[in-house]
Formats: sequence, structure tokens, C-alpha cells
Amino acid sequence: MRLIPSAALLAAFSLVAGLAQAQTVLSVTTDGNAETVAAMEALTAAYTAAHPDVTFEIENRPGGADGDNLVKTRLATGEAGDILQYNSGSLFQALKPVENLADLSDIAGQANVIDSFKSVVTASDGTVRGVPFGPAMGGGIYYNKKIDAELGLSVPKTWAEFMANNEKIKAAGKVAVAQTYGDTWSSQLFVLADYYNVQAQVPNFAADYAANKAKYANTPAAMAGFQHLEDVFKAGYLNEDFGVAKFDDGVRMVATGEAAHYPMLTFALGNIKQNFPENLEDVGFMAQPGDDAAKNGLTVWMPAALYIPAASENQEAAKDFLSFVASVEGCNLMIGANGATGPYLIKDCALPADVPGAVADMLPYFQTEGLTAPALEFLSPIKGPALEQFTVEVGSGIRPAAEAAGLYDQDVEKQAKQLGLPNW
Amino acid sequence: MASRQKSPYPYWFVLPAAVVFVTLFLVPTFASFWFSMTRWDLFEAHFIGWDNYHQFFKEPFLVQGLVNTLIYAVLTSASKSVLGLLLAVLLTSGILWQGFLRSVVFFPVLVSTIGIGITFQALMHPTKGVINIALAYVGIDGPSWLSDPGLALYSVAFIDLWKGVGLATLIYIAGLAAIAPDYYEAARIDGATRVQQFWRVTVPLVRPATVTVITLSLIGGLRSFDIIWATTRGGPGFSSDVLASVIYKQYQAGFYGLATAGNVILFMLIAIIILPLTWWFNRREVDL
Amino acid sequence: MTPRQRNTGLIATAVATVIFITPFLYIFFMAMKTKKEAALFLFSWPSEWHFWANLTEVIQARNYMLLLAYFNSTVITVGAVTMLIIFGAMVGYVLQRRQSGWNRVIYGLVLAGLIVPPAVVPTIWVLQGLGLFKTIHGMVLIQVAYGLAFSVLLYRSFIGTIPRDLDEAARIDGATPWQIFFRVILPLLKPVTVTLIVVQSIAIFNDFTNPLYYLPGKDNVTVQLTLFNFQTQFQSQFNLLFMNILLVTIPPLLVFIFFNRQIVAGMTAGGVKG
Repeated sequence: MRLIPSAALLAAFSLVAGLAQAQTVLSVTTDGNAETVAAMEALTAAYTAAHPDVTFEIENRPGGADGDNLVKTRLATGEAGDILQYNSGSLFQALKPVENLADLSDIAGQANVIDSFKSVVTASDGTVRGVPFGPAMGGGIYYNKKIDAELGLSVPKTWAEFMANNEKIKAAGKVAVAQTYGDTWSSQLFVLADYYNVQAQVPNFAADYAANKAKYANTPAAMAGFQHLEDVFKAGYLNEDFGVAKFDDGVRMVATGEAAHYPMLTFALGNIKQNFPENLEDVGFMAQPGDDAAKNGLTVWMPAALYIPAASENQEAAKDFLSFVASVEGCNLMIGANGATGPYLIKDCALPADVPGAVADMLPYFQTEGLTAPALEFLSPIKGPALEQFTVEVGSGIRPAAEAAGLYDQDVEKQAKQLGLPNW
Repeated sequence: MASRQKSPYPYWFVLPAAVVFVTLFLVPTFASFWFSMTRWDLFEAHFIGWDNYHQFFKEPFLVQGLVNTLIYAVLTSASKSVLGLLLAVLLTSGILWQGFLRSVVFFPVLVSTIGIGITFQALMHPTKGVINIALAYVGIDGPSWLSDPGLALYSVAFIDLWKGVGLATLIYIAGLAAIAPDYYEAARIDGATRVQQFWRVTVPLVRPATVTVITLSLIGGLRSFDIIWATTRGGPGFSSDVLASVIYKQYQAGFYGLATAGNVILFMLIAIIILPLTWWFNRREVDL
Repeated sequence: MTPRQRNTGLIATAVATVIFITPFLYIFFMAMKTKKEAALFLFSWPSEWHFWANLTEVIQARNYMLLLAYFNSTVITVGAVTMLIIFGAMVGYVLQRRQSGWNRVIYGLVLAGLIVPPAVVPTIWVLQGLGLFKTIHGMVLIQVAYGLAFSVLLYRSFIGTIPRDLDEAARIDGATPWQIFFRVILPLLKPVTVTLIVVQSIAIFNDFTNPLYYLPGKDNVTVQLTLFNFQTQFQSQFNLLFMNILLVTIPPLLVFIFFNRQIVAGMTAGGVKG
């Protein structure tokens, strides 16, 4: 008789063991940035701790255009795994989300996501296909506070004031503006981050531009960004090795005071924190100034999103994980991993009080209606692929701004035709 | 066909290679010819006829890319074959530390393109690079090798030569080994100097190797992409763009149909240059 | 050794050291430095030697990813090179020996193989249809398909230096085509074969793009992908990046050192008659 209960126990035990073996392994593809990897590791570790039957396999893909190709190739061949981290906005639209990505409109976590983010991951059929991953970013200019203090400069509100400051910095024998054309993408900042100023003067620009009515070359406000690139080069404000310097160099220069300014997105703060923690409070951040001091505002980049490929066989488990990412707890985990470098797009996810100075400089723009504008790539499906070559040319004095803007318009036209857009 | 003698060189020798080559190379390639006539985003393809070809010829930087391609291909293949042959002769002439030197010349072939890109970007850095620091010692203010628009293409061609000359040398060394010593013996008896021996014996008899080196390096040069992409990405601006990098940028931008059309054009261009050349090489071979 | 040979050797060694060794010294020094010192990118003697620290960190990264990558890359390289040698020599042999219409077609296809850039997406469809996508043997076959043209071309031009009399003699002795090829021709091709082994194994071992497309998955990682991982993941840890470059260059170096002797041996044996 004593055998029976133990046999029952054994049976029960083996049943539990059998259940425990029903493991779900979710394969995750992300870019290889240190911040991305850290945030994803924190999220997956916490989720597995709460759900021991779900584990993750994280794979890194190249960034930039090489990564775009890889993601498209894998989606087209049904090999994109269960969870995909990728840009929102125009790059998201290029993935043909209706066919290739799962509909996430109804997952529990969407209730926490701020509407302005939902709009940049909404497919053409009106369904939401992603949840935010990481903080929103501002595009503008980092400045070195020590140099400002030493030369008695104040933060400029117009481009003219900015150039006047640069002249003083140059006169003091310092590098006024760091540029890093060795990473070609970084050359686009003066043009892209000027978008707040463009729309302040020409409110319809994004719509007219997408409809083939407005052009960079014949819109003076839009041309200004190209002109800025030419002007800082001609005035001799740049670092000597601007043609080959990399993003890392730019960050180092502005953090350590080798240069006074560096036009960049706010995610660079993570890099400063990792490599120059002692200089974190030496840098400030300003929106790119325009012509009118009364209309000073910030151009904003939405963060990347997490998606579920339609071909994934673990849809339910993946959706549950994405709901977790979009929760306040998930948001806090990401802040814990990378610190607060910008506002997260999750309701009730507050940033800690002791944010770095550069973040504190940026937050007021977000807190007042109308002081931010999304970058053009979040408003229009077209962004010419050769922009970074043109901005390098203008910024290195190879080609005048007006000519480059005209060529860029042709580049945009080619893209619109390739996308099969109406009106082109 | 019972009367026909069975060839000692049966065609079934080609079969295993043909199966792999046809399924994994030819079939996809023919599929891609069709895609060159479409607007293709990888997910769906719309047939648009010759539009992609028109568009590709309208590329504002196509002409420059074409000229750069030719300069680059001729420069690298000429320098690789000449230097390769001279090095091969030197390294088979019994000089001191010959074995070591052979290895040294070949070392760069061993490093991956990614590694070479990272290393040369550092070495050719305008202010911190060892090349310009060395030049500064002799009073020369070195240029920015990879970001000067007039210089970038030539700097990359030099890196390509650095990486590729070891392979050309190796092929030439194998070719020199195939020349019987009797020929040199006969030339010496005729009183030929070393230089004369080089021109009258080495150069004509090493021809199979020369054909291989020139064909491979010319095709490699015309298609060249890896090293350019790992060092300048065609920049600054478009100044070191070659056809292959122009095509790759279309591909990167997601213009898959256009990129495929560009590939067909590149294929035609190489065929136009290489086919007459190999025909000429082969005819000469029969003459010998 | 004549004085002239000695002096030429000394001069050549000096020049070669500057041109060919300097970049390697740079890689080596960078791999030994601390993170801060490496970020300066200077060509300088490391102020502190961090060999072991950097080495262990690179090897342990991502759960010993590098060791798995060494294994995968070695399997792919050995498999593909073996097939490339045998298949390539067989095609080159027939191509050089037979003069017929078919011959021209085959030669045209070989050239096309060298010239035409591969079409990635249709190739993935074919691989998926055959159940070879994301498999090591699928990757081996891809490398064979892409490398064949080069092997065939090289073999074809060197088989031309082997006199036909040899084939004829063997045939009169009653050898089958199979025996003629494997017993008579292939052994004579040793210098070219060694050259091809070295060149192809380095190219395949160092390939980055093809595994990226045709061999996704964490368990399928290859050595160049580890390099890529360091480039993005440790954006500013250039000491580790260069240590990784150093480590992934060692296997090709060993292959070369090993076969370099064979090349020398093949040549001192007199090579093949021209």
C-alpha cells in the first residue's frame, strides 16, 4: 500500500517535469549597438525570471543600410525569427508591414503606448504593428559647457548667434564645430535636425514634398541646412581630420573640450556615459537654431520598435513579451540598463530626477506643445538614399550647397519612382 | 555512334561541378535577369520593362563611376602583374631569407577585408596615421589619403595592390616552377645576360600565369567592391565610387530591381572587355 | 649564396618589412593595449601589455562564441575546398583537353561565374526549396558554386603545361579516364592544387557576406561575423577589435605556413615540364 502514493507522486512529478520541458525559445534579432544589447538583455533576463518556460536567443545584425537589406531579405524569405527590432517611420513602411508583420493593435501593452509613437508604427490599413523600444531622441547640437564658460558665451537661439559664437571660439584657437564624415551618416545632422525650423516657416513642406510639389532647391527654408554645412566649412570652424573622424571621435571631442560643438542625436549621451563618465556634466544640448529666436524648437526622432514577423511560429509568446516591454516595468528596466537619455513613450514611465544635464536641456521642449517636430522621415515616406554623400560633399567644400540640393531632389525623385508613389 | 572512339576526356567529369553551379548559381542568376525588369522591393515585383535601365543610365554619378572603375581595374591589374612577376623572379633567385620573404609578401592575403579596412583607415589617418607621421619626419606634410577627393581612389588602389600582390606572386612562382631549367641553360650558353634571359625565356614561358593573373585581377578590379567599401564607401561624396559601389548603394536603398539592372550592365561591361581579351589570349596559346 | 644574393636579400627584407610588416605590427600593438590607449589609434609601443586580459575577454565574449565560430568556419572551409579541388580540376581537365562546341559554352559559363555577381534572394529561395538554407552543408555548396570558376580557370591554364603524351601513354597502358585523371594528372598538378588550397581556404574562411545571408542563426556563427560583432557591440573597444582581427588571422596563417613548404617542395622537385 505504501507504494501507491509514491507512484502517484512519481507520476505527478513526471507530469510537471514534462511541462517544464515544454520550453519556448524566442529568437530575437536586434542591431548591435551597445545600448540595444544592454536593454534587450535586461528585458529578456527579467522576463525569463518571471516565465521560466520562455527563453531567448538574441542575434545581432548590422546597422545602417546593410541591416536594412538583411531584415528585408529575411522577411521576404520567411526567416526573420520571432521578434525583430527595427526603425519606425519610413523604414518601417518599407517592410510592407501589412503582409510581413503581425498585427499588435490588440495586445495588452498597447494601452500604455503614447499615441504619437503609435502613428509611426501604423501600417497602411490602420493597424498598429510595433511597440516602442528605447527613448525618443532629439537632433541638435551638443556644446561643451567649459568652453562656453571660459569664453563667456551663452546658448544661441539663432543661427547668426551660433556662428558669432563659433567665430569667438575659433579666435580663441579652439575647434568650433566637430564634424565626423568618416561615419557618413553623421554628416546629415545639420540638414535633418533643421526640420523644426523648416516647418516653422513652411508648415506644409512635408505634405507638399511627398506630393512632388515642394523641392529642397526651390524652398529657401529647406535649403538652409545645406547652406549651414557649407558655411561652417568655409569659415574654417572644423576639426582638422573632419573627413575621416568617426562618431566616437566627435563624442570625445565635445565631451573633453577638444571641440566646442558637435551636431548629433541625443543617443550619443549613452556613449559619453560609457566612455567619458567624468565629463558627463560638461556637455549641454541645444536644438539647432534657426533664423528666428522666437521660434526655437527641437526636431525629434522616434525610437526603434519591436515587431513580430508574420511568419513567426511563436506569436502568442512573442506578443506577451512585447506587452511586457511596453509596460512601465519594462520601461524602467531599459532606463536601468542605459540610464535616462530621453523620454520613453510609455505612459506613467517617469524619468529619474537626476538626469544628466544634456537630457535636462532637452526635456523642456517635450513638455510644451508645439516645441517639437518629428524629423521628416517620420512624416514622409521619402528620404533620398544619397543624402549622406551630398552632405559630405557640401560639408567638405567639394560641391556648393545649391547644386547639392538640386541633385538631392533628383535622388528623391528616383526613390519616389522606385516606391511607386503617386504624383511622381 | 559505336564507331566513334570513346574520348579519354568524358563530359561526365563536368557533371558534379555542373549540378552545384547550375542550381545554386545559374538558376538564381537567370531569375535575377527577370527581376531587373521589375520594380522590386523583395516582397513584390511589378514588371516595368526597361525603366530600370533608363534610370540607371541617368544616375548623375554613373559616368564618374565608370571612369573610376576603368582607372581602378587597369591600375590594379597592371601593377599586380608587373610587380607580381618581378617579385616572383626575385623570390626564386635564391636570395637571402627567400622563404621568409615569400611568406611576408603573402601575409596581407591572409587578413580579411574588414580587418584591412579598419587597419588602413588608422594608418592613413591624416594627423594620427603612421604614414603621415613618417612623412613628417622627412618634412613632407602628408595629405588626407582617404578623404581627399582627388586622392581617395588611388589610395584604395594602393591598398588593393598591397593586399593582392602576394596572390599574383604566388601564381607566378608556381608558373616559374613549370619552366624547365634547360631553357635558361641554353640561353646562358648563347651568352644571354640576366635581363635578356628574363625577356627571352621567363616572360614568354610564364605566359599561362600571366594570362591567369591579368584575367583574374582585371575581372576582380572591374568588380571590385570589398576594399572600397571597407575604406571609403565610395567617398568622400562620390569621388571613389566605382560601378559596383554605385550598384550596391541602389541595393542598400532597397531599389532591388534597379540594382539588378545595374548588375546586368556591369556584367555586360566586363564581358565586353574580358571576352575579346581571353579570345586573344587563347588564340596566342594555339599559335604557340 | 653569392654576396649579390645576400645583399639583395637584405635590401628586400628591409623594404618588405616596412611595407608588409608595419600594418601587422600595428594590429599587434593595438591588440595589446588598454581600451583608452587603443582609442588614440597611435602607432606606438603599448605602455601596458594587456595580452591575457584582452585575449580572454575576446574568447569568452558571448558565451565563447569565437570557439564555435572557429569550428563552423573550419568545417565549411575544409568541405568546400575539397570539393573545389576535385570538381574544379575535373572540369579544367576536360575543358583544356577537348576542343568542341560544348567546350566554348562551358568556358563561357565559367567566365560568367567569375563576372556575374550572385543574386542573393533567388538563391535563398532555391536553398529553401532544397532544405539547405541555414545549414552548414548548404553553405559549403554555396562556396563551391561561387568558387568553382576560379578553380576551373586556374586548373585549365596549368593543365595546358602537361603534355598530352602522358595521357596517351597511360591510355595505351589500358588506364580508364578516371585512372588517368586521378593517378597521372592530378598528382602533377600539385603546385596549382596547393596554390588553390591556400587561396580558396583563405577566401572562404574570411568570407563575411555569404554567411551573413545564407547562414543566419546563433549556432551558425562564422569567424568574420565575430569580428563584425566586436565592431558594433564594442563600439569603442578597439583593443578587443584588433585582438579579434589577430585571432581570426591565425588559422589562415597556419594554413599558409604549412602549405608554403609544400609549394617549395613542389618546385624543387622540378615542377611540371612546360
